[in-house]
Amino acid sequence: MTGAEAADKVRRRIDALWRIEGARIVAVLARATGDVGLAEDLAQEAVADALAQWPESGIPRNPGAWLTTVAKRKAIDGWRRAARLDERYRDIARGLQDEDAVAWEPLDDDVLRLVFSACHSVLSREAQVALTLRIVGSLTTEEIARLFLVPVATIQQRIVRAKKTLAAARVPFEVPEPNEWGERLGAVLGVVYLMFTEGYAATSGDRWIRPDLANEALRIGRILAGLVPREPEAHALVALMEFQASRFAARTRPDGTPVLLADQDRSRWDRAQIRRGEAALARADALGRGRNSYALQAAIAQCHALAASVDETDWAGIVLLYEALGRIAPSPVVELNRAVAVSMATGPATALAIVDRLGSDGALRGSHLLPSVRGELLARLGRREEARAEFTVAAALARNDRERAVLEGKAAEA
Amino acid sequence: MKYMFIMRSTAEALEAAKEIPFEEMINKMGAYNESLIKAGVMLGGDGLADVSEDANFVVDFSGEPPVVTDGPYGETHELFNGFWIIQVSSKEEAVEWASRCPLGPGAKLEVRRITEEADFADFADNEYIQKESEWRKQEADLNSENG
Repeated sequence: MTGAEAADKVRRRIDALWRIEGARIVAVLARATGDVGLAEDLAQEAVADALAQWPESGIPRNPGAWLTTVAKRKAIDGWRRAARLDERYRDIARGLQDEDAVAWEPLDDDVLRLVFSACHSVLSREAQVALTLRIVGSLTTEEIARLFLVPVATIQQRIVRAKKTLAAARVPFEVPEPNEWGERLGAVLGVVYLMFTEGYAATSGDRWIRPDLANEALRIGRILAGLVPREPEAHALVALMEFQASRFAARTRPDGTPVLLADQDRSRWDRAQIRRGEAALARADALGRGRNSYALQAAIAQCHALAASVDETDWAGIVLLYEALGRIAPSPVVELNRAVAVSMATGPATALAIVDRLGSDGALRGSHLLPSVRGELLARLGRREEARAEFTVAAALARNDRERAVLEGKAAEA
Repeated sequence: MKYMFIMRSTAEALEAAKEIPFEEMINKMGAYNESLIKAGVMLGGDGLADVSEDANFVVDFSGEPPVVTDGPYGETHELFNGFWIIQVSSKEEAVEWASRCPLGPGAKLEVRRITEEADFADFADNEYIQKESEWRKQEADLNSENG
């Protein structure tokens, strides 16, 4: 093996190790330094050392402990140079003295603190997503850039800025107080779900789904559910993502065009994944605190997942679930989805009345969703001219290229 | 990428394992499973009952018709006694997880990538691939009746 091959092998091994241990390493360092951004910088410097040394020295028996120790030494060296022999330095120095192979094992709470920092409200949504993938999902900057189809430098900047913002706002490395817990956990789940939906139905670009991004979101969701096992919302979010991801194989044609739910080959839905979704929803329900918004959405997805065809779907049940969802999390999109379910349960005329009410409220203005549903309903009522006009409007408003093509096709067929 | 970790042990290793307190073994395996679950990579897995149990059997396809026997289980004298299914981003990550499995001498993990539909893309029109698809659909119908 050449030197370059050996170095490449070590690099790939480190990437794999980082994915498994990265969040925990950063969490330990953040606990020691109180600064998530600094912790991540130190960890990266340690990784750079490993890349330089391991091809020669071989990979240590406990690589995670090695990286953590090296990073901590770097922190101490840094402070020594800066002559900042303060309280934090003494704490780390103490920590280093009783270092052994497993002493670096962090508490789950530290990883949880990391999650809350990455999803803190001082950060923009974009920054929250990038930082969460970076320090909780332990992805490399290159991997994140690939997931979002943007240049590596863009993600780098986003992460550097996010770390600076956390430091500037003096965000403490802590889990939220009980009075803030619900809201802050909601924000974390929101970041994970945003990540998932961007992978599940990309809002822009030439690809309709990015399964890799959605799978990363699902993995982070499972990690989160493991960190807060008593939170039904976390399990419900995992359930929702499992159900939706179970349809990936059926959602696109080989050329990348989207296939809508009604036309999907249900034999291609991932049954094992559907069962995992059911298990996660059962875990949420077992906590006995009622169904939250994610649980209701998961229950709707479950109705679809278990139906052999569109006609055999429990549409009446779905209408009830949307009604409940509309009460606890009212939104025009939920109302529009309820209208679609109503059209299947009772017929297009009743549904059209709901959609028209939404339209006159001015809700969803500028979105392709309303005209595309309206187009479907009109087509089913035989009002073809009007349907064609709606599909044309919808196509003009769609931001995803693949979605636009589907709507244009419908306009032509109507 | 999805992988199956197939746990195999020689009969001697399984005998030797009986010397270890069962609770200690459960704790070790439990900790390993928990680490997979907490990392969000575990998709499934199960242990298989001891081969000495009457409920087990082997179907030998050497002849026509196939013969149902009570063993032996495999030519290698290694017994397949449990499995995991995990989802990871690379072969290296699978190696990392597999190496952490708390098994001892005489045991092996056979690690196999699970095929995806893309692996059969060239055979989409094949009669048997279509049948497989049909079978999965029937399973879906069954699930919907039960669900």
